[in-house]
Amino acid sequence: MRTEYLELDFPQLAIAASLIVICSVISLVLQLGLQRRLLLAALRTVVQLLLVGLVLWWIFAPERSSLFVVGMMGAMTLIAGFAAVDRTGHRYRGIRLDSIISMWASSWLITAVALFAVVQVQRGEQPWYDPQYAIPLLGMILGNTLNGISLGLNRLGEELATKRRHVETLLALGATRWEAARGPIQEAIRTGMIPIINSMMVVGLVSLPGMMTGQLLAGVPPVQAVRYQIVIMFLIAAGTSLGTFSVVLLGYRRMFTADHQFASARLTKRR
Amino acid sequence: MSLEIRAGARLSISGPSGSGKTLLLRALALLDPLDDGDVSWQGRPVRGNEVPDFRRRVVYLHQRPALIEATVEAALRRPFSLRVHCRRRFDRDRIVGWLEGLRRDASFLGKPVGELSGGESQIAALLRALQLDPAVLLLDEPTAALDPPTVAAVEGLLRNWVEELPDRRATVWVTHHAGQATRVGERIVHIENGRIADANGIP
Repeated sequence: MRTEYLELDFPQLAIAASLIVICSVISLVLQLGLQRRLLLAALRTVVQLLLVGLVLWWIFAPERSSLFVVGMMGAMTLIAGFAAVDRTGHRYRGIRLDSIISMWASSWLITAVALFAVVQVQRGEQPWYDPQYAIPLLGMILGNTLNGISLGLNRLGEELATKRRHVETLLALGATRWEAARGPIQEAIRTGMIPIINSMMVVGLVSLPGMMTGQLLAGVPPVQAVRYQIVIMFLIAAGTSLGTFSVVLLGYRRMFTADHQFASARLTKRR
Repeated sequence: MSLEIRAGARLSISGPSGSGKTLLLRALALLDPLDDGDVSWQGRPVRGNEVPDFRRRVVYLHQRPALIEATVEAALRRPFSLRVHCRRRFDRDRIVGWLEGLRRDASFLGKPVGELSGGESQIAALLRALQLDPAVLLLDEPTAALDPPTVAAVEGLLRNWVEELPDRRATVWVTHHAGQATRVGERIVHIENGRIADANGIP
Protein backbone atom coordinates (compact mmCIF):
# COMPACT_ATOMS: atom_id res chain seq x y z
CA MET A 1 0.00 0.00 0.00
CA ARG A 2 1.45 3.38 -1.02
CA THR A 3 1.19 5.60 2.04
CA GLU A 4 3.07 8.76 1.11
CA TYR A 5 0.88 11.73 0.32
CA LEU A 6 1.47 15.45 -0.19
CA GLU A 7 1.22 17.20 3.12
CA LEU A 8 -0.81 20.38 3.48
CA ASP A 9 0.64 23.30 5.36
CA PHE A 10 -0.70 26.65 6.49
CA PRO A 11 -0.11 28.54 3.19
CA GLN A 12 -2.29 25.98 1.39
CA LEU A 13 -5.00 26.33 4.00
CA ALA A 14 -4.79 30.08 3.54
CA ILE A 15 -5.39 29.75 -0.21
CA ALA A 16 -8.53 27.73 0.43
CA ALA A 17 -9.65 30.26 3.02
CA SER A 18 -9.21 33.13 0.54
CA LEU A 19 -11.84 31.48 -1.66
CA ILE A 20 -14.34 31.89 1.17
CA VAL A 21 -13.33 35.53 1.52
CA ILE A 22 -14.01 36.04 -2.20
CA CYS A 23 -17.48 34.55 -1.78
CA SER A 24 -18.12 36.92 1.13
CA VAL A 25 -17.10 39.88 -0.99
CA ILE A 26 -19.54 38.79 -3.69
CA SER A 27 -22.27 38.53 -1.05
CA LEU A 28 -21.40 42.02 0.17
CA VAL A 29 -21.47 43.53 -3.34
CA LEU A 30 -24.78 41.89 -4.21
CA GLN A 31 -26.19 42.75 -0.77
CA LEU A 32 -27.14 39.14 -0.12
CA GLY A 33 -26.49 39.60 3.59
CA LEU A 34 -24.86 36.20 3.75
CA GLN A 35 -21.29 37.27 4.47
CA ARG A 36 -21.58 37.15 8.24
CA ARG A 37 -23.12 33.70 8.30
CA LEU A 38 -20.66 32.46 5.71
CA LEU A 39 -17.66 33.71 7.67
CA LEU A 40 -19.09 32.36 10.90
CA ALA A 41 -19.60 28.97 9.25
CA ALA A 42 -16.04 29.03 7.93
CA LEU A 43 -14.71 29.95 11.33
CA ARG A 44 -16.67 27.15 12.96
CA THR A 45 -15.33 24.69 10.40
CA VAL A 46 -11.78 25.69 11.30
CA VAL A 47 -12.28 25.64 15.05
CA GLN A 48 -14.33 22.41 15.19
CA LEU A 49 -12.01 20.47 12.91
CA LEU A 50 -8.90 21.70 14.71
CA LEU A 51 -10.43 20.59 17.98
CA VAL A 52 -11.34 17.19 16.54
CA GLY A 53 -7.80 16.89 15.17
CA LEU A 54 -6.47 17.63 18.61
CA VAL A 55 -8.80 15.11 20.23
CA LEU A 56 -7.94 12.43 17.68
CA TRP A 57 -4.24 13.10 18.09
CA TRP A 58 -4.74 12.64 21.80
CA ILE A 59 -6.82 9.49 21.39
CA PHE A 60 -4.49 7.97 18.83
CA ALA A 61 -1.52 8.37 21.15
CA PRO A 62 0.44 5.12 21.33
CA GLU A 63 -0.09 2.69 24.20
CA ARG A 64 -3.69 3.61 24.89
CA SER A 65 -5.26 1.08 27.25
CA SER A 66 -8.29 -0.96 26.19
CA LEU A 67 -10.27 0.63 29.00
CA PHE A 68 -9.56 4.09 27.62
CA VAL A 69 -10.70 3.18 24.11
CA VAL A 70 -13.83 1.39 25.33
CA GLY A 71 -14.64 4.37 27.58
CA MET A 72 -14.26 6.70 24.61
CA MET A 73 -16.55 4.50 22.52
CA GLY A 74 -19.10 4.44 25.34
CA ALA A 75 -19.11 8.23 25.54
CA MET A 76 -19.61 8.51 21.77
CA THR A 77 -22.51 6.03 21.94
CA LEU A 78 -24.20 7.90 24.77
CA ILE A 79 -23.91 11.24 22.97
CA ALA A 80 -25.38 9.69 19.82
CA GLY A 81 -28.20 8.09 21.83
CA PHE A 82 -29.20 11.42 23.36
CA ALA A 83 -28.80 13.31 20.09
CA ALA A 84 -31.16 10.91 18.29
CA VAL A 85 -34.15 11.98 20.41
CA ASP A 86 -33.28 15.66 20.42
CA ARG A 87 -35.56 16.65 17.59
CA THR A 88 -38.30 14.03 17.67
CA GLY A 89 -41.73 15.65 17.48
CA HIS A 90 -43.43 13.34 19.99
CA ARG A 91 -42.05 12.06 23.26
CA TYR A 92 -42.87 9.36 25.73
CA ARG A 93 -41.36 8.36 29.03
CA GLY A 94 -38.29 6.25 28.46
CA ILE A 95 -37.66 7.45 24.93
CA ARG A 96 -34.03 8.29 25.77
CA LEU A 97 -33.41 4.91 27.33
CA ASP A 98 -34.88 3.19 24.26
CA SER A 99 -32.69 5.26 21.99
CA ILE A 100 -29.52 4.53 23.97
CA ILE A 101 -30.26 0.79 24.21
CA SER A 102 -30.87 0.57 20.47
CA MET A 103 -27.86 2.69 19.60
CA TRP A 104 -25.62 0.68 21.88
CA ALA A 105 -26.75 -2.77 20.85
CA SER A 106 -26.73 -2.17 17.11
CA SER A 107 -23.56 -0.11 16.73
CA TRP A 108 -21.41 -2.19 19.04
CA LEU A 109 -22.53 -5.45 17.49
CA ILE A 110 -21.76 -4.17 14.01
CA THR A 111 -18.45 -2.62 15.07
CA ALA A 112 -17.44 -5.93 16.63
CA VAL A 113 -18.23 -7.72 13.39
CA ALA A 114 -16.26 -5.06 11.52
CA LEU A 115 -13.21 -5.28 13.75
CA PHE A 116 -12.93 -9.00 14.25
CA ALA A 117 -14.49 -10.57 11.17
CA VAL A 118 -14.05 -8.03 8.38
CA VAL A 119 -10.94 -5.98 9.08
CA GLN A 120 -9.55 -8.78 11.29
CA VAL A 121 -7.49 -6.51 13.46
CA GLN A 122 -5.98 -9.57 15.13
CA ARG A 123 -3.94 -10.19 11.94
CA GLY A 124 -1.85 -7.08 12.54
CA GLU A 125 0.54 -6.30 15.30
CA GLN A 126 -1.70 -3.80 17.00
CA PRO A 127 -4.23 -4.94 19.63
CA TRP A 128 -7.96 -5.09 18.80
CA TYR A 129 -8.60 -1.88 20.65
CA ASP A 130 -6.22 0.07 18.48
CA PRO A 131 -8.12 3.36 18.16
CA GLN A 132 -7.06 3.73 14.51
CA TYR A 133 -9.78 1.22 13.54
CA ALA A 134 -12.23 1.03 16.42
CA ILE A 135 -12.97 4.74 16.81
CA PRO A 136 -13.56 5.75 13.16
CA LEU A 137 -15.55 2.59 12.41
CA LEU A 138 -17.82 3.10 15.40
CA GLY A 139 -18.10 6.80 14.58
CA MET A 140 -19.30 6.18 11.05
CA ILE A 141 -21.80 3.55 12.18
CA LEU A 142 -23.08 5.75 15.01
CA GLY A 143 -23.52 8.78 12.76
CA ASN A 144 -25.76 6.85 10.40
CA THR A 145 -27.59 4.82 13.03
CA LEU A 146 -28.41 8.10 14.72
CA ASN A 147 -30.24 9.19 11.57
CA GLY A 148 -32.16 5.95 11.38
CA ILE A 149 -33.20 5.99 15.03
CA SER A 150 -34.13 9.65 14.96
CA LEU A 151 -36.23 9.38 11.78
CA GLY A 152 -37.82 6.11 12.89
CA LEU A 153 -38.83 7.40 16.32
CA ASN A 154 -40.11 10.65 14.91
CA ARG A 155 -42.24 8.86 12.36
CA LEU A 156 -43.54 6.33 14.88
CA GLY A 157 -44.76 9.12 17.17
CA GLU A 158 -46.30 11.01 14.28
CA GLU A 159 -48.05 7.94 12.85
CA LEU A 160 -49.46 6.88 16.21
CA ALA A 161 -50.62 10.41 17.00
CA THR A 162 -52.32 11.02 13.65
CA LYS A 163 -53.73 7.48 13.25
CA ARG A 164 -54.80 7.20 16.85
CA ARG A 165 -58.48 6.67 16.06
CA HIS A 166 -57.65 4.14 13.39
CA VAL A 167 -55.41 2.16 15.74
CA GLU A 168 -58.15 2.21 18.37
CA THR A 169 -60.79 1.16 15.87
CA LEU A 170 -58.73 -1.86 14.93
CA LEU A 171 -58.26 -2.74 18.60
CA ALA A 172 -62.00 -2.35 19.19
CA LEU A 173 -62.66 -4.79 16.34
CA GLY A 174 -60.50 -7.44 18.00
CA ALA A 175 -57.03 -6.68 16.61
CA THR A 176 -54.06 -7.62 18.75
CA ARG A 177 -51.78 -4.74 19.66
CA TRP A 178 -49.35 -5.97 17.02
CA GLU A 179 -52.02 -6.04 14.31
CA ALA A 180 -53.21 -2.57 15.29
CA ALA A 181 -49.72 -1.06 15.34
CA ARG A 182 -48.27 -2.84 12.34
CA GLY A 183 -48.99 -0.04 9.86
CA PRO A 184 -47.30 2.70 11.91
CA ILE A 185 -44.40 0.36 12.76
CA GLN A 186 -43.80 -0.43 9.09
CA GLU A 187 -43.94 3.24 8.16
CA ALA A 188 -41.51 4.16 10.93
CA ILE A 189 -38.95 1.50 10.01
CA ARG A 190 -39.25 2.34 6.33
CA THR A 191 -38.68 6.03 7.02
CA GLY A 192 -35.64 5.29 9.15
CA MET A 193 -34.12 3.22 6.35
CA ILE A 194 -34.73 5.61 3.45
CA PRO A 195 -31.49 7.64 3.73
CA ILE A 196 -29.16 4.66 3.83
CA ILE A 197 -30.98 2.87 1.01
CA ASN A 198 -30.88 6.04 -1.09
CA SER A 199 -27.19 6.49 -0.52
CA MET A 200 -26.48 2.86 -1.39
CA MET A 201 -28.45 3.35 -4.61
CA VAL A 202 -26.43 6.29 -5.86
CA VAL A 203 -23.06 5.78 -4.22
CA GLY A 204 -20.31 6.47 -6.74
CA LEU A 205 -22.75 7.83 -9.32
CA VAL A 206 -23.74 11.10 -7.72
CA SER A 207 -20.98 11.57 -5.21
CA LEU A 208 -17.86 9.83 -4.03
CA PRO A 209 -18.16 9.02 -0.35
CA GLY A 210 -15.95 11.15 1.88
CA MET A 211 -14.06 8.22 3.29
CA MET A 212 -13.16 6.87 -0.11
CA THR A 213 -12.13 10.31 -1.37
CA GLY A 214 -9.93 10.67 1.67
CA GLN A 215 -8.28 7.31 1.10
CA LEU A 216 -7.69 8.12 -2.58
CA LEU A 217 -6.11 11.47 -1.70
CA ALA A 218 -3.96 9.68 0.86
CA GLY A 219 -2.59 7.42 -1.90
CA VAL A 220 -4.53 4.22 -1.28
CA PRO A 221 -4.99 2.24 -4.55
CA PRO A 222 -8.57 2.70 -5.84
CA VAL A 223 -9.37 -1.02 -5.68
CA GLN A 224 -8.54 -1.08 -1.97
CA ALA A 225 -10.43 2.16 -1.32
CA VAL A 226 -13.49 0.77 -3.11
CA ARG A 227 -13.41 -2.45 -1.09
CA TYR A 228 -13.23 -0.49 2.11
CA GLN A 229 -16.12 1.66 1.00
CA ILE A 230 -18.31 -1.33 0.13
CA VAL A 231 -17.66 -2.86 3.51
CA ILE A 232 -18.42 0.43 5.24
CA MET A 233 -21.68 0.89 3.33
CA PHE A 234 -22.86 -2.57 4.35
CA LEU A 235 -21.85 -2.06 7.95
CA ILE A 236 -23.65 1.27 8.05
CA ALA A 237 -26.75 -0.23 6.45
CA ALA A 238 -26.77 -3.11 8.92
CA GLY A 239 -26.23 -0.80 11.89
CA THR A 240 -28.97 1.55 10.76
CA SER A 241 -31.44 -1.28 10.20
CA LEU A 242 -30.79 -2.95 13.53
CA GLY A 243 -30.94 0.35 15.40
CA THR A 244 -34.16 1.40 13.68
CA PHE A 245 -35.90 -1.97 14.20
CA SER A 246 -34.88 -2.02 17.79
CA VAL A 247 -35.95 1.50 18.70
CA VAL A 248 -39.28 1.25 16.88
CA LEU A 249 -40.11 -2.05 18.56
CA LEU A 250 -39.11 -0.74 21.98
CA GLY A 251 -41.26 2.34 21.41
CA TYR A 252 -44.17 0.12 20.38
CA ARG A 253 -43.82 -1.90 23.59
CA ARG A 254 -44.12 1.27 25.60
CA MET A 255 -47.14 2.63 23.76
CA PHE A 256 -49.23 -0.55 24.04
CA THR A 257 -50.10 -2.36 27.26
CA ALA A 258 -50.14 -6.11 27.81
CA ASP A 259 -53.95 -5.90 27.74
CA HIS A 260 -53.78 -4.78 24.10
CA GLN A 261 -54.59 -1.17 24.87
CA PHE A 262 -53.13 1.82 23.09
CA ALA A 263 -51.86 4.09 25.87
CA SER A 264 -52.05 7.21 23.72
CA ALA A 265 -51.81 9.46 26.78
CA ARG A 266 -48.18 8.40 27.12
CA LEU A 267 -47.39 10.13 23.86
CA THR A 268 -46.81 13.84 24.35
CA LYS A 269 -46.02 16.49 21.81
CA ARG A 270 -42.69 18.20 22.23
CA ARG A 271 -43.05 21.68 23.63
CA MET B 1 -69.80 1.86 39.92
CA SER B 2 -70.88 -1.60 38.89
CA LEU B 3 -72.78 -2.61 35.80
CA GLU B 4 -73.96 -5.96 34.58
CA ILE B 5 -75.09 -6.66 31.05
CA ARG B 6 -77.16 -9.78 30.46
CA ALA B 7 -77.97 -11.50 27.18
CA GLY B 8 -80.89 -9.92 25.43
CA ALA B 9 -80.46 -6.64 27.30
CA ARG B 10 -81.02 -3.36 25.58
CA LEU B 11 -79.43 -0.78 27.81
CA SER B 12 -79.35 2.99 27.38
CA ILE B 13 -76.79 5.19 29.00
CA SER B 14 -77.78 8.82 29.21
CA GLY B 15 -76.34 11.86 30.89
CA PRO B 16 -74.92 15.30 30.13
CA SER B 17 -71.86 15.81 27.93
CA GLY B 18 -68.64 15.10 29.78
CA SER B 19 -70.35 12.97 32.42
CA GLY B 20 -68.27 9.93 31.51
CA LYS B 21 -70.60 8.01 29.21
CA THR B 22 -67.94 7.45 26.56
CA LEU B 23 -65.38 6.60 29.22
CA LEU B 24 -67.71 3.94 30.61
CA LEU B 25 -68.18 2.36 27.18
CA ARG B 26 -64.46 2.43 26.48
CA ALA B 27 -63.79 0.85 29.85
CA LEU B 28 -66.32 -1.91 29.09
CA ALA B 29 -64.39 -2.68 25.88
CA LEU B 30 -61.12 -2.56 27.89
CA LEU B 31 -59.80 0.12 25.57
CA ASP B 32 -58.22 2.21 28.33
CA PRO B 33 -56.12 1.01 31.24
CA LEU B 34 -58.44 0.84 34.27
CA ASP B 35 -57.34 2.66 37.41
CA ASP B 36 -59.15 0.15 39.52
CA GLY B 37 -61.59 -2.70 39.16
CA ASP B 38 -61.99 -5.05 36.25
CA VAL B 39 -64.19 -6.19 33.42
CA SER B 40 -65.46 -9.74 33.56
CA TRP B 41 -66.84 -11.91 30.80
CA GLN B 42 -69.14 -14.69 31.97
CA GLY B 43 -67.90 -14.20 35.49
CA ARG B 44 -64.18 -14.27 34.74
CA PRO B 45 -61.98 -11.14 34.62
CA VAL B 46 -60.51 -10.57 31.17
CA ARG B 47 -56.77 -9.95 30.98
CA GLY B 48 -53.75 -10.03 28.69
CA ASN B 49 -54.05 -12.10 25.57
CA GLU B 50 -57.70 -12.90 26.20
CA VAL B 51 -58.48 -9.26 25.43
CA PRO B 52 -58.59 -9.47 21.59
CA ASP B 53 -60.95 -12.43 21.77
CA PHE B 54 -63.08 -10.57 24.31
CA ARG B 55 -63.27 -7.62 21.91
CA ARG B 56 -64.41 -9.97 19.19
CA ARG B 57 -67.53 -10.49 21.33
CA VAL B 58 -67.83 -7.02 22.80
CA VAL B 59 -67.38 -4.47 20.04
CA TYR B 60 -67.10 -0.76 20.78
CA LEU B 61 -68.29 1.63 18.10
CA HIS B 62 -66.60 5.02 18.16
CA GLN B 63 -68.75 8.10 17.82
CA ARG B 64 -66.65 9.34 14.90
CA PRO B 65 -65.48 6.10 13.35
CA ALA B 66 -62.13 5.83 11.60
CA LEU B 67 -62.17 4.50 8.06
CA ILE B 68 -58.94 4.72 6.10
CA GLU B 69 -59.39 2.02 3.52
CA ALA B 70 -60.16 3.06 -0.05
CA THR B 71 -63.83 2.10 -0.30
CA VAL B 72 -66.65 1.15 2.04
CA GLU B 73 -66.35 -2.47 0.94
CA ALA B 74 -62.60 -2.50 1.69
CA ALA B 75 -63.33 -1.03 5.12
CA LEU B 76 -65.92 -3.74 5.76
CA ARG B 77 -63.51 -6.46 4.68
CA ARG B 78 -60.68 -5.20 6.85
CA PRO B 79 -61.67 -6.96 10.14
CA PHE B 80 -61.48 -10.36 8.43
CA SER B 81 -57.73 -9.89 7.99
CA LEU B 82 -57.39 -9.91 11.80
CA ARG B 83 -56.52 -13.13 13.54
CA VAL B 84 -59.63 -13.30 15.72
CA HIS B 85 -61.91 -13.18 12.67
CA CYS B 86 -59.82 -15.25 10.28
CA ARG B 87 -62.26 -18.20 10.22
CA ARG B 88 -65.07 -16.01 8.97
CA ARG B 89 -65.75 -14.61 5.52
CA PHE B 90 -67.08 -11.30 4.30
CA ASP B 91 -70.77 -11.78 3.41
CA ARG B 92 -71.76 -9.23 0.80
CA ASP B 93 -75.41 -10.28 0.50
CA ARG B 94 -75.97 -9.92 4.20
CA ILE B 95 -74.57 -6.38 4.12
CA VAL B 96 -76.70 -5.46 1.11
CA GLY B 97 -79.75 -6.74 2.98
CA TRP B 98 -79.00 -4.46 5.92
CA LEU B 99 -78.29 -1.56 3.57
CA GLU B 100 -81.73 -1.90 2.02
CA GLY B 101 -83.24 -1.62 5.48
CA LEU B 102 -81.27 1.59 5.92
CA ARG B 103 -82.58 3.03 2.64
CA ARG B 104 -79.29 2.53 0.79
CA ASP B 105 -78.34 0.10 -1.98
CA ALA B 106 -75.30 -1.95 -2.98
CA SER B 107 -73.67 1.05 -4.67
CA PHE B 108 -72.91 2.32 -1.15
CA LEU B 109 -70.24 -0.39 -0.91
CA GLY B 110 -68.31 1.10 -3.83
CA LYS B 111 -68.16 4.59 -2.40
CA PRO B 112 -64.71 6.02 -1.60
CA VAL B 113 -64.56 6.52 2.17
CA GLY B 114 -63.14 10.00 1.66
CA GLU B 115 -66.46 11.09 0.15
CA LEU B 116 -68.68 9.76 2.93
CA SER B 117 -70.62 12.19 5.06
CA GLY B 118 -70.46 11.88 8.84
CA GLY B 119 -73.71 9.91 8.86
CA GLU B 120 -72.61 7.59 6.07
CA SER B 121 -69.39 6.87 7.96
CA GLN B 122 -71.49 5.91 10.95
CA ILE B 123 -73.54 3.52 8.83
CA ALA B 124 -70.39 1.94 7.37
CA ALA B 125 -68.85 1.53 10.84
CA LEU B 126 -72.08 0.11 12.26
CA LEU B 127 -72.30 -2.51 9.53
CA ARG B 128 -68.61 -3.29 9.95
CA ALA B 129 -69.25 -4.12 13.60
CA LEU B 130 -72.61 -5.85 13.06
CA GLN B 131 -71.29 -8.32 10.47
CA LEU B 132 -68.87 -9.69 13.09
CA ASP B 133 -71.83 -11.03 15.13
CA PRO B 134 -70.66 -9.68 18.46
CA ALA B 135 -72.47 -10.62 21.66
CA VAL B 136 -72.51 -7.05 22.92
CA LEU B 137 -72.48 -3.91 20.79
CA LEU B 138 -71.27 -0.82 22.64
CA LEU B 139 -72.72 2.07 20.68
CA ASP B 140 -71.41 5.58 21.28
CA GLU B 141 -73.97 8.01 19.81
CA PRO B 142 -74.19 5.84 16.68
CA THR B 143 -76.87 7.98 15.04
CA ALA B 144 -75.61 11.45 15.98
CA ALA B 145 -74.94 12.43 12.36
CA LEU B 146 -77.92 10.72 10.70
CA ASP B 147 -81.20 12.12 9.34
CA PRO B 148 -84.38 11.23 11.33
CA PRO B 149 -85.72 8.51 8.96
CA THR B 150 -82.35 6.73 8.98
CA VAL B 151 -82.13 7.10 12.78
CA ALA B 152 -85.44 5.27 13.04
CA ALA B 153 -84.21 2.61 10.60
CA VAL B 154 -80.99 2.07 12.61
CA GLU B 155 -82.95 1.83 15.86
CA GLY B 156 -85.24 -0.76 14.29
CA LEU B 157 -82.36 -2.70 12.77
CA LEU B 158 -80.56 -2.97 16.11
CA ARG B 159 -83.74 -3.88 18.00
CA ASN B 160 -84.40 -6.72 15.53
CA TRP B 161 -80.78 -7.76 15.71
CA VAL B 162 -81.04 -8.30 19.48
CA GLU B 163 -84.47 -9.91 19.28
CA GLU B 164 -83.26 -12.38 16.64
CA LEU B 165 -81.03 -14.13 19.18
CA PRO B 166 -81.98 -12.71 22.59
CA ASP B 167 -79.95 -15.29 24.48
CA ARG B 168 -76.74 -14.25 22.74
CA ARG B 169 -76.97 -10.57 21.91
CA ALA B 170 -77.17 -7.27 23.75
CA THR B 171 -76.71 -3.58 23.06
CA VAL B 172 -75.48 -0.74 25.23
CA TRP B 173 -76.43 2.54 23.68
CA VAL B 174 -74.97 5.87 24.76
CA THR B 175 -77.14 8.83 23.87
CA HIS B 176 -77.74 12.27 25.31
CA HIS B 177 -81.12 12.38 23.62
CA ALA B 178 -83.83 11.53 26.18
CA GLY B 179 -86.34 10.33 23.58
CA GLN B 180 -83.86 8.00 22.00
CA ALA B 181 -82.78 6.66 25.41
CA THR B 182 -86.30 5.42 26.11
CA ARG B 183 -86.73 4.04 22.58
CA VAL B 184 -83.54 2.00 22.44
CA GLY B 185 -83.29 0.91 26.06
CA GLU B 186 -85.55 -1.18 28.21
CA ARG B 187 -83.25 -0.07 31.02
CA ILE B 188 -81.84 3.43 31.27
CA VAL B 189 -78.73 4.21 33.24
CA HIS B 190 -78.30 7.86 33.98
CA ILE B 191 -74.75 9.02 34.57
CA GLU B 192 -73.60 12.21 36.19
CA ASN B 193 -70.03 13.16 37.11
CA GLY B 194 -68.79 9.66 36.47
CA ARG B 195 -71.37 8.01 38.75
CA ILE B 196 -74.58 6.15 38.15
CA ALA B 197 -77.15 8.69 39.30
CA ASP B 198 -80.28 6.76 38.52
CA ALA B 199 -80.58 3.22 37.28
CA ASN B 200 -84.15 3.13 36.17
CA GLY B 201 -85.43 -0.40 35.94
CA ILE B 202 -82.40 -2.11 37.40
CA PRO B 203 -83.52 -4.67 39.97
